[in-house]
Amino acid sequence: MQDHLDELESKTIYILREAYNRIKPLGMLWSIGKDSTALLWCIRKAFYGRVPFPMIQLDTGMEEDEVYAFRDQLVKDWGFELKIEQCPPEEQMDQTLPPATRAAARKTEGLKNLLAREKYKGVIVGIRRDEQSMRAKERVFSPRRFDGTWDYKDQPAEFWDQYKTDFPEDTHVRIHPILHWREIDIWRYTQRENIPIVPLYLARNGMRFRSLGEKNITFPIKSNASTIEEIIAELETTKTSERAGRSMDSETEDSFERLRQSGYM
Amino acid sequence: MTQQAEKVGVVIVGHVDHGKSTLIGRLLHDTDSLMDGKLKEVQESCKRRNVPFEWSFLLDAFQAERDQAVTIDTTQIWFKSKKRPYVIIDAPGHREFLKNMISGAAFADAAILVVDAAEGVREQTKRHAYLLHLLGLKQVVVAINKMDAAGYNEKRFNDVKAEITAYLSGIDVVPRAILPIAAREGDNIAKKSDKMPWHKGLSLLEQLDAFSPAQPPVEKPLRFPVQDVYRFDERRIIVGRITSGVVRKGDVLTFSPSNRTATVVSIEKWNAPHEILSAQAGESVGITLDQPIYAARGDVASHADKTPMLTHDFRGNIFWLGKEPLRAGKRYKIKLATAEATVTVQSIDRVIDTGDLTRTEKDFVSANEMAMVTFHSRETIALDPFADNHETGRAVIIENQDVVGGGILNMDGLADLRLQRQAAQENLHAVDHLLTAGDRALRNGHRGMVAWLTGLSGAGKSTLAMRVEGALHAKGMQTYVLDGDNVRRGLNADLGFSAKDRSENIRRVGEVAALMADAGLIVITAFISPFVADRRSARAAAGEGFHEIHVKADLSTCEKRDPKGLYKKARSGKIAEFTGITSPYEPPETPELVVDTGGHDVDECVGMIVDHILKHARISAARNPQSARAES
Repeated sequence: MQDHLDELESKTIYILREAYNRIKPLGMLWSIGKDSTALLWCIRKAFYGRVPFPMIQLDTGMEEDEVYAFRDQLVKDWGFELKIEQCPPEEQMDQTLPPATRAAARKTEGLKNLLAREKYKGVIVGIRRDEQSMRAKERVFSPRRFDGTWDYKDQPAEFWDQYKTDFPEDTHVRIHPILHWREIDIWRYTQRENIPIVPLYLARNGMRFRSLGEKNITFPIKSNASTIEEIIAELETTKTSERAGRSMDSETEDSFERLRQSGYM
Repeated sequence: MTQQAEKVGVVIVGHVDHGKSTLIGRLLHDTDSLMDGKLKEVQESCKRRNVPFEWSFLLDAFQAERDQAVTIDTTQIWFKSKKRPYVIIDAPGHREFLKNMISGAAFADAAILVVDAAEGVREQTKRHAYLLHLLGLKQVVVAINKMDAAGYNEKRFNDVKAEITAYLSGIDVVPRAILPIAAREGDNIAKKSDKMPWHKGLSLLEQLDAFSPAQPPVEKPLRFPVQDVYRFDERRIIVGRITSGVVRKGDVLTFSPSNRTATVVSIEKWNAPHEILSAQAGESVGITLDQPIYAARGDVASHADKTPMLTHDFRGNIFWLGKEPLRAGKRYKIKLATAEATVTVQSIDRVIDTGDLTRTEKDFVSANEMAMVTFHSRETIALDPFADNHETGRAVIIENQDVVGGGILNMDGLADLRLQRQAAQENLHAVDHLLTAGDRALRNGHRGMVAWLTGLSGAGKSTLAMRVEGALHAKGMQTYVLDGDNVRRGLNADLGFSAKDRSENIRRVGEVAALMADAGLIVITAFISPFVADRRSARAAAGEGFHEIHVKADLSTCEKRDPKGLYKKARSGKIAEFTGITSPYEPPETPELVVDTGGHDVDECVGMIVDHILKHARISAARNPQSARAES
């Protein structure tokens, strides 16, 4: 009998195998956080221990030291291809964006540079519906125009596990294999499968990172959860949203929409 | 860690402005499922726009949705009752966003159909209800909303209840309950309301708790659509997700449509703690086989005694989302599980008005309409009727890279090619045991055979058939001609001229011709028989003695001859679906003989066919039953 986590995993593996069969070349954005690392684990399951396309880090140079150390260790332990894309500086961003949003936009621009150079047709991204109301409206296979923009007013029909996998020349597709997972599912799965995590997620001195981003725009929350078990217990009762520590989400009502529409993850 | 209860996906559907978003907001609020600050954010967003507090802003995250107060796309949000977690799927109510509504609703285990007590049943109420039926959703509750505005009046409730009940019974949807609610006030949402003491049933939340999560169809026959084949190492792993049933190590599997078989050597998952002996519906797995048979994406593996049907023709009960209408005769790509095929719309059997459920005859289906359509595929397709198996019984339709429709499939009145093939083989065996074809041939001095003439109306099939029969009879051979005149009056008197009936007409002729040939006769048939698949069935029925003869003449020649005045009628629109004009003719790909009546006179053509038949029917030639193909 499949339990809830098996069911989530089976669906994710199905999506990954669809992407691998239908779309080439393919790459995945690995942010080194809990979600995309759990997704990386699912990739190894889908392809029998292999990671058959590159992992890409959009690097702003602003991650915490522990994040970089974790990244290098995992590449060594699991042996997969990692490409590091340096993001352009903040001065080159749209200056009408509020400050934290502007900082986050650096990744959008880094991604655009990468796509223009490497010509990826498919980019796998570890976002989830329950993170944010804009992401809740996403498709699993979500086309982007040549400039990376998201036409959210006219998304493709997507049902019965049939995904849009053919596109005009100048588009690429974002593939979201864990869109249907919740934050608590990721933690239960990480615990069950014994997947490594950046230690910053666990509480030290009454603080922990619930969502991990660049150090200039992400803040830890008050918490005493120092094990995954305790994180799960915390999430079962919390009334605080996951991305409360992400300042770009709530600077203005439309700040996250502007980011996503122009190609943010 | 406690084992969590399984989640249930609930889609909220109904006409625009009947209160779907408000209902969701209320459910989240009353179950204390909103995150801190969320309510405040919505309040501020409403204030900025100078509108009263709007629950829909919880879900309508896009600026365009908030500015225009309209839900554009579907979204999902989680909440928990005391019993279990739910994922609520919000679906847009506007007609033009039907594709988004379906994209959401297809994920649901259950549905709440919201109806405004004052407005009653409206256009999208009906269309959405009809779609729930097509999507196979059985757990439906109807919430009659805005009872506060209706003065909590029991009579008003009963009137709307009667109205929706009448509609639902017409589409075979049986709601679990019909409840009076006032979403804005929270009446009968999370708890029973004291404003409607006359309502004796459950609250909406209690009703949801009475639903059950959709279970994967483990009890049904095994279906394992092949997604890909991996050769990362020495193993050749066939991967996919099991859509129904159970596969076990050691099982003998049949792959359709190729009909090849092999035995499961192992079931493969990475990092599995122990050997896997079985896997069931819902699981993404890989298998290795004892033989390197050719299996590829699109094949369906099953057990040999419970295989899917094989066919070139099938029907769909479809919904259409395309900007361009679906038209008879047009080609589309379909995706069915992992298979893809190019299909032609053979006929639009009826278009359904979801408003009054009336059926109209049209030759196109517009956006947001539902219809019954017959498809024809060049390649053999493996499928199950939706009633038997959901995941291998439904398909999406693609045009210009976009999903423009979907439908649930049936094979009512159409033949399973697999059964036909088996039956043909079994019949030959049965005859062998009694009296052999050779015995009959010795008595008659020739073998039985079917000379199947196919071609456009006016190509000369009937003329040639009669002349050929006369010539053979004169040589002392046992002959008979089957044509429309002697078949349509009796055997096929119950059939009309719809695509379905024309196909059935040919099927019966094929079977009768096969029986007559088996009895030793030389049977000459004269039917347009425009579709490859129909003729292939006839060939399957008759076996080796089947000779396809293409009576060829180009359309303009046939139209000039027009012996029965049919082309004239077809051109003036008096005959629908006339071969060559409004319906395609698929010429034979590898006929045994081609006779060009445009380039030869009648005597020459008769001579060619008689020579061909004599060559293959005479006993001297019967020792070599493999007839040479395409001699001219």
